[in-house]
Amino acid sequence: MMRLFLPLSRFSLWIVTFLLAMPVLTVLLSWLQWNGVSAQILWALSQSVLPDYVRTSVLLCVGVSLGVISIGVVSAALVTLFEFPFRRTLEWALLLPLAMPAYVVAYAYTDFLQYSGLAQNTLRDWTGLQGRLLPEVRSVWGAMCVFSLVLYPYVYLLVRAAMAERAHHLMEAARLLGAPLQRRIVSVALPLARPAIAAGTALALMETLADFGVASYFGVQTFTAGIYKAWLVMDNRIAAAQLATGLLLAVTVLVSLEQRAQSRLRFATGRSNTQSTEARAHTLKGWHGLLAFGLCFVPVLLGFVLPVLLLCRALLESVQSMHVPWVRFMHWSLNSILLGGVTALLAVGLALWLSSQARFSGTALTRGLLRTVGLGYAVPGAVIVVGLLLPLGWLQSVWPQSGAGYWLTATVLGLVWAYLVRFVAVALQSVGSGYARIPSTLDESARLLGVSGWRLVTTVHAPLLRKPVAVALLLVLVDVMKELPATLVLRPFNTDTLAVMAYQLARDERLGEAALPSLALVVAGLLPVILLSRTLGREK
Amino acid sequence: MRQWAWAIVWGLMSGSAMAQVGVLNLYSARHYPTDEALYSDFSKATGIKINRVDSDDAGILARLKSEGSASPADVILLVDAARLWKGEVDGLFMPVQSKILDSAVPAQLRAKPTDAGGSAWFGLSTRARVVVYDKLKVARQEVDTYEKLAEPQNKGRLCIRSGSHPYNLSLFGAMTEHLGAAKTELWLKGLVENMARSPKGGDTDQIKAVASGECAVAVTNTYYLARLMRSSNPADKALAERVGVVFPNQSSWGTHINVAGGAVARFSKNTDNALKFLEYLVSPEAQNHFANGNNEWPVVQGLKLDNPALKAMTGGSFKSELIPISAVGMNQVKVQQMLDRVGFK
Repeated sequence: MMRLFLPLSRFSLWIVTFLLAMPVLTVLLSWLQWNGVSAQILWALSQSVLPDYVRTSVLLCVGVSLGVISIGVVSAALVTLFEFPFRRTLEWALLLPLAMPAYVVAYAYTDFLQYSGLAQNTLRDWTGLQGRLLPEVRSVWGAMCVFSLVLYPYVYLLVRAAMAERAHHLMEAARLLGAPLQRRIVSVALPLARPAIAAGTALALMETLADFGVASYFGVQTFTAGIYKAWLVMDNRIAAAQLATGLLLAVTVLVSLEQRAQSRLRFATGRSNTQSTEARAHTLKGWHGLLAFGLCFVPVLLGFVLPVLLLCRALLESVQSMHVPWVRFMHWSLNSILLGGVTALLAVGLALWLSSQARFSGTALTRGLLRTVGLGYAVPGAVIVVGLLLPLGWLQSVWPQSGAGYWLTATVLGLVWAYLVRFVAVALQSVGSGYARIPSTLDESARLLGVSGWRLVTTVHAPLLRKPVAVALLLVLVDVMKELPATLVLRPFNTDTLAVMAYQLARDERLGEAALPSLALVVAGLLPVILLSRTLGREK
Repeated sequence: MRQWAWAIVWGLMSGSAMAQVGVLNLYSARHYPTDEALYSDFSKATGIKINRVDSDDAGILARLKSEGSASPADVILLVDAARLWKGEVDGLFMPVQSKILDSAVPAQLRAKPTDAGGSAWFGLSTRARVVVYDKLKVARQEVDTYEKLAEPQNKGRLCIRSGSHPYNLSLFGAMTEHLGAAKTELWLKGLVENMARSPKGGDTDQIKAVASGECAVAVTNTYYLARLMRSSNPADKALAERVGVVFPNQSSWGTHINVAGGAVARFSKNTDNALKFLEYLVSPEAQNHFANGNNEWPVVQGLKLDNPALKAMTGGSFKSELIPISAVGMNQVKVQQMLDRVGFK
């Protein structure tokens, strides 16, 4: 049984990896199709706007890094190292912006802060001043702020974990050696958090580079915008794919950075089994306590509370002046949940199977394949769409009977495929770490009792993996519900989703109507955040 | 386990749309919620069920190309003349002959007949690209041609959406036809120099920007303005009242109009239904819907137009430009590269 199981599995392992890595391969192979037209387009782009796109993307990344690091590190340090009013509430509330799709925050703030928006009109009325009173929201700076506010929880989460596990007793030791508070923070706590900062920032930057919704709504000309221009305006998919290699390169650097940082993080935390029994280093009182509270509350306010209130206001206004399409809204929600549910089941199934393969035959090759699949999360949806449409269009033209073009878009296959390319990695992370906690001696005992192969997975592993599987299902479900670029282009007939409608209504300048699907996405996004904060609470 | 997997696959397939009697598969770039009524009226009248995907023009064309001969699409609705032309030259449409369509749609608003006599696409409605201005700061004659928007008197006044948006690409493509490439590039450069802010937002945002004083002159499609004028929200109405509107170039080549149209997909499997649907779209009811529901001008001549906003804007009628749509379409890549050179975002 086992002997047959392995080679067969390895063959299918190759196929699955190939399918999941195909969009990336397509993008790389596009250079082989070098031709005059695409060369001319690339040349013209590089002579005019491409340097600007690169500059904008780099600027955006630098700004977002600064933003997420300053918010994430300060808030994480405050809630782990100090005691101050409402600390316990803020500890989980700081995760809330994770539930906000960045484009939804962008819609809310634009409507409120733009020149003709409520904030500036009110200010003009109050002060009697004329003209522009606040800086333009729809700019690179605006995009930096939006991304920083929505993505800082990545840094916060990792830094907080790193500090909570190690910082207390080391800080205590430093205190006994006579180091003042400032020095304890700067030379003990922060260096401890360095890998966590790097990993969190890398995750935030991947999300920034993969973004489509914010940049397109703000008219920020990022590198991804250049890919779209080459593809849709210049109508040249080869040039678009060739441009996408640039983006892939940047993402690969980020992924390796993140993985290196994470492995150091594991090393750092791996040795700390002892729970610190020391009291919190410092209780902040009065003025200082207030300041600490303020520093932690502002990110929650700006990244979650205010945008949600603004959306509610837009929704209430639209309820008064027009009818809200409740029935269609139910359809959008149902489609979102169905697509998310089916993808989540498939992604977690694949993740289970892939991790079990890695466990049974832990060769370097298998691990390498797994890592390739893991790259998918960092690939922008737009690149995946080009990477799927190019080869299937080619297959369809050389072998018309295959119906490849039909399966890709007339059914949900293409869309689910695109989702899996991106999100199997998410499931893999959760399931993989769950697997790592099951001792291999268990497998050996099971084999001695005659249970092996797939049965080992279903009867022995599965019950032990229930929790990581549940987490993976939820994470993939919500990620799929929020996904935009692939859903826009690849969805089959009659499958408008919440994300698509929020985007289209906001684009069509009907923000009141866009508020309803946007808020629904926020509510969905809250589920994994609540789960996450509960798990964090239990770990303590 | 395996049965379960097949059940999922089967479930996924069953939602798919094959060639069937009584079905029409529609790719639509008409992203207007008011169009729902249009589709449901057709289904009610004919019993034909419409399956629909909304996307933007470029996304639809890209998708059709990849699907090739396996494409399930029967009818394509696009909202930009240049994209209609692009679909035609890329062979994505099936030229069809229909007495009803040929007599309803004026010749300049549909694709040139092929040798066999069919047309690849038909215009269904038009919209004008007009100038709105701040009545307090700007004199009407300072902005009554497109060329004047680039003149120094309008420095620091202009708001316009991204140059790469199809509505602007088509306007600029038409300008290239009128002025020639070199002059158009200079004109575009002048527009960039006159901008009050870098391009952002859609057409409604530009109108709002004029009404709130951020800029003094803006370019917009007529139906966005009409939508504000007819809105039940008093704030929207107030916006529309604060701005004046000009139909440019009335004493030269006429105001630029863009065409929204439809075509039968090249590999349509429900051709009869597709043709029926296009013919329905030029019927008086459907044309009236374009006029009243979405504030567009019908293509069918002689219909009584009872849209108060459109009437108020034009005072009855206006002169529209007459240039071959193929010329506008052919200029698209050239225009985009000019925009990139002059720094028009």
